Amino acid sequence: MTVAVETAGTAVNGGDRVSLLRVLGPAHVWALGVGIVLVGEFTGWNFSADKGGTLAALIVCWVVGLLYTSVAMIDSEVTSTVAAAGGQYAQAKHIVGPLMAFNVALFLVFAYTMLEVSDAILLGDTIVAKAGIDGLTHNSFIAATIVVLAWLNYRGVLMTLNVNFVITAIAYVSIVILFFSVSPWTQGAVLKLNELVTPGNALPYGWIGVIAAFQFGIWYYLGIEGTTQAAEEVRSPARSLPYGTMAGMITLLIAAAMTWYVCASLMPWEYLGITPYPLWDAGKLTGSPLLENLLFVATLLAAIASANGCINDAARAWFSLGRDRYLPSWFSAVHPKYRTPYRSILFLLPIALAFAFIADLNQAITFSILSGVLQYTFMSINIMMFRKKWPLGSIRRGYTHPFHPLPAIVLFCLCVVTYFAIFLGFGSQLIAMIAFYFLISVWFHFYRYKFVRRGDQFSMPWPKPQGY
Amino acid sequence: MWIALSYACWGISIVLALWMLFDWFKVDTTYSEGVLTSSREGELEAVSEKHRI
Repeated sequence: MTVAVETAGTAVNGGDRVSLLRVLGPAHVWALGVGIVLVGEFTGWNFSADKGGTLAALIVCWVVGLLYTSVAMIDSEVTSTVAAAGGQYAQAKHIVGPLMAFNVALFLVFAYTMLEVSDAILLGDTIVAKAGIDGLTHNSFIAATIVVLAWLNYRGVLMTLNVNFVITAIAYVSIVILFFSVSPWTQGAVLKLNELVTPGNALPYGWIGVIAAFQFGIWYYLGIEGTTQAAEEVRSPARSLPYGTMAGMITLLIAAAMTWYVCASLMPWEYLGITPYPLWDAGKLTGSPLLENLLFVATLLAAIASANGCINDAARAWFSLGRDRYLPSWFSAVHPKYRTPYRSILFLLPIALAFAFIADLNQAITFSILSGVLQYTFMSINIMMFRKKWPLGSIRRGYTHPFHPLPAIVLFCLCVVTYFAIFLGFGSQLIAMIAFYFLISVWFHFYRYKFVRRGDQFSMPWPKPQGY
Repeated sequence: MWIALSYACWGISIVLALWMLFDWFKVDTTYSEGVLTSSREGELEAVSEKHRI
């Protein structure tokens, strides 16, 4: 932090531009991505068991894992080339066009802000459940979570992601400890998978239940693409971003598999599908007070890490919109001492608080998932256009993803299935959100775009795309 | 203990929110808008990357 502040001061006094600091490494990228996502193992994924049974939760764990592996590979290739804050927004601006970029930035802000809201509600509810006192509400804990993390983000990205690294690692290790504490190599002593999951109840609603389970299967990995928001603040984007993102994805696949195995072996699907705290409950069911308390603390830490990363990412997407004048340039201010997008952080703070106090957890989660899936759909189209306009060999890439165009096709198909799954559960919200993005696009096209300095927004020194 | 923790959370939230508002005011009145909004996308790439293979 000291180095960061000194560098910042030099920049301002020397009359240079005040920009975000390049101080992050691959471990911070990992902490950002896994930190945002890991809360999904502590709550969220298990609702897929309610939709289709315990086996459906496992099937979507792997199939949605495939979706996110495609996301991570595609994202790593494009972001190692477009290293700018805003992540997918900057990608869309350079590869597809301004209207797509504006929409993608809104997807990002909504996905991360609503996820932050969900995290804060989860943390408040978990503490209230633990306390078990009449009259204690979650509001004070929600407020503290959002304000303290906003303050941390305000004070600097390095400390923010150092904190995220530590608390994410503790939460992750708690899953590993739980896994090995229940003797996963033997059935019958603690785990009873063969009794709880039988041919009669494995898929209680058949294959349509598996499709419906996609909606909550997204929670196993939702937010790993957030690593790209750090693109402007990592020391070596071409190396750190692919490395941190792919390492994060591998970490999450292992965590998801362990989580499913332990929870499915301890709880019947009827309970697993409705409990808000599957891992904490698993800790309780082992009969060990130590594991119960460890998983309680880990649930809180996972929620904090996720909210922390979400504040970081939403603020950078909003900041990028301001910098290109897609929104008033007032939002593009960088703090001269801490080198953070402080106005964007402060602007989004009351919005997150308002949603956290008035919104229902399910609605906040659904808004987040919907915005995320819209973003993934864009990514499948984006990579096809990227490879067509700038084929291999025409531009320097930090990472080249294999088997193109297979990952893009798989990603697109799985997004279509997920839309159908969301439509089954939250059809009215899906239609309302599509209508919202349509109207805001009309506003941007006919009103806001005239304020944009069109020549300034394309900042990458690339050759002309093929065919232009 | 939980009730006391709840009050402590409100207290910390109010103090940190006020600190951020104060710092925001201080920064905005100390530096010009031109300096604060001077960040440009892709500066590092413009300097170090030529994209010639």
